[in-house]
Amino acid sequence: MSALLSLRDVWIEYGDRIVIERLSLDIEAQSFVSVVGPSGAGKSSFLRLILGQEAPTRGDILLDGEPLTPECGPDRGVVFQRYSVFPHLSVLRNTMLGLECPQAPLMGRLFGAARRAARDEAAAMLEAVGLGHSLDLYPAQMSGGMQQRLAIAQALVMRPRILLLDEPFGALDPGIRADMHALITRLWRDYSLTIVMVTHDIREAFSLGTRVLTLDKRRHDPHAPHRFGATVVYDLPLNNRSGPAASEDGSITID
Amino acid sequence: MRWVNRHMRRGDRLLLGSLPILLLVVIYLIMAASRHAANPADKILPLPGRMAESMYALIFLPDKLSGQLVFWADTLASLERLGMGLGIATLMALVVGLALGVLPPVRATFGPLVTGIAVIPPIALLPILFIALGLGETAKVALIVVGIAPVMIRDIAAHVTALPREQIIKAQTLGASSWQVMIRVALPQAMPRLIQAMRLALGPAWVFLISAEAIASDVGLGYRIFLVRRYLSMDIILPYVAWIALLAILMDLTLTHLSKRLFPWAHGESH
Repeated sequence: MSALLSLRDVWIEYGDRIVIERLSLDIEAQSFVSVVGPSGAGKSSFLRLILGQEAPTRGDILLDGEPLTPECGPDRGVVFQRYSVFPHLSVLRNTMLGLECPQAPLMGRLFGAARRAARDEAAAMLEAVGLGHSLDLYPAQMSGGMQQRLAIAQALVMRPRILLLDEPFGALDPGIRADMHALITRLWRDYSLTIVMVTHDIREAFSLGTRVLTLDKRRHDPHAPHRFGATVVYDLPLNNRSGPAASEDGSITID
Repeated sequence: MRWVNRHMRRGDRLLLGSLPILLLVVIYLIMAASRHAANPADKILPLPGRMAESMYALIFLPDKLSGQLVFWADTLASLERLGMGLGIATLMALVVGLALGVLPPVRATFGPLVTGIAVIPPIALLPILFIALGLGETAKVALIVVGIAPVMIRDIAAHVTALPREQIIKAQTLGASSWQVMIRVALPQAMPRLIQAMRLALGPAWVFLISAEAIASDVGLGYRIFLVRRYLSMDIILPYVAWIALLAILMDLTLTHLSKRLFPWAHGESH
């Protein structure tokens, strides 16, 4: 398979603090990459990098062979741990927003037939994530799990090249989390998604991913800890094509 | 039971809330009565009958000189100025506040200016406004705008800036441009806050209105109060002040109600 996303010798530095150093990586289409690592090892920076929220200090990032512009765009979907949905819009309107914005640059709203088409498409996507009966609810009326389902539907309705998940299930109850694992695995298979997921939960990383990356610092200078950045220290391919293991009793968390 | 846990029922709340007000009224009546016992012609603490008499003339009898019903002419003039000032300030707060809050270059350019204007005491600008705009309606409305707009702008800008970064990022991954982030994400979420800012600005707006009317005007609630002060007409001043309070309370309630009706998502569970 060809690499969908390539990072070539990427560095991130803030002043004299090095966060990520010498990061080279290829991510294939339709893979499910879990990223783990201790806190402060640059997991969030890594995600911001791919998201385009931040530009590398050095190095190149290529998406489909094209250099990535350091700005968020509709080719990359994202689900954060919190605040991914818009509190002032109903479930349906939240999901329609992604369809309305590109088509209506001035108003940001669609009318007539185009609106009905967007509505149907959004409703179908919400059905797929299990929110088919909650179209008119507002986020404040929903549980954390439902809000994350909505955030996923919002992202998927854009058909992104890559779906980025930033500890998406970290704030959920264990039972709900198991449901969400099943959901994301099904969506990943049904929609042939490419997923990069940052997580604290090692069990989750291994049970969902087809590949697990561990970010950490290779070297540590006790006198100048900020002078060494993190990079990929383990890169484990997994044979997880068949879907996740069913065991969900307890989870191991590193921090 | 601890006092922090003593939650009041609706009926009890109404009763308790009216107690201090009633108490004040009773104290006033006792003091007024005792003064009138000593001097039947006392003007400082008029009795309710005297107030009703004076107000009846202002409310129902046309003024001999202008032919107007003075009370209603005053109310209309004041509300017109207040409404225009508040309306212009609100519109400015929305447009400028949104731009400042969402767009970092605009914030960097105009943020210090807005802060600078906000720290000037507006009354100190009143002479400038009178010199520049004359003594007419424009200067009075301008004083209200200058007085409340900067605070409202800063409030809205701060609220929009404080929107979770995740939302702005998410909107961009949904294909939104800067403009669309403003009108589809920031604007709707700023609206409940804007109404809140209007409620808080109402108090200062009244202050600036009364000040402007006191200094240069020929009609208006503030003008009347300061006019009749010369004759120690407490029988007119007190009802006028009560009327201003009533108007302010009605506006506040209307805005609260409006916010709940228009933006149910911002008011918790009940949609």
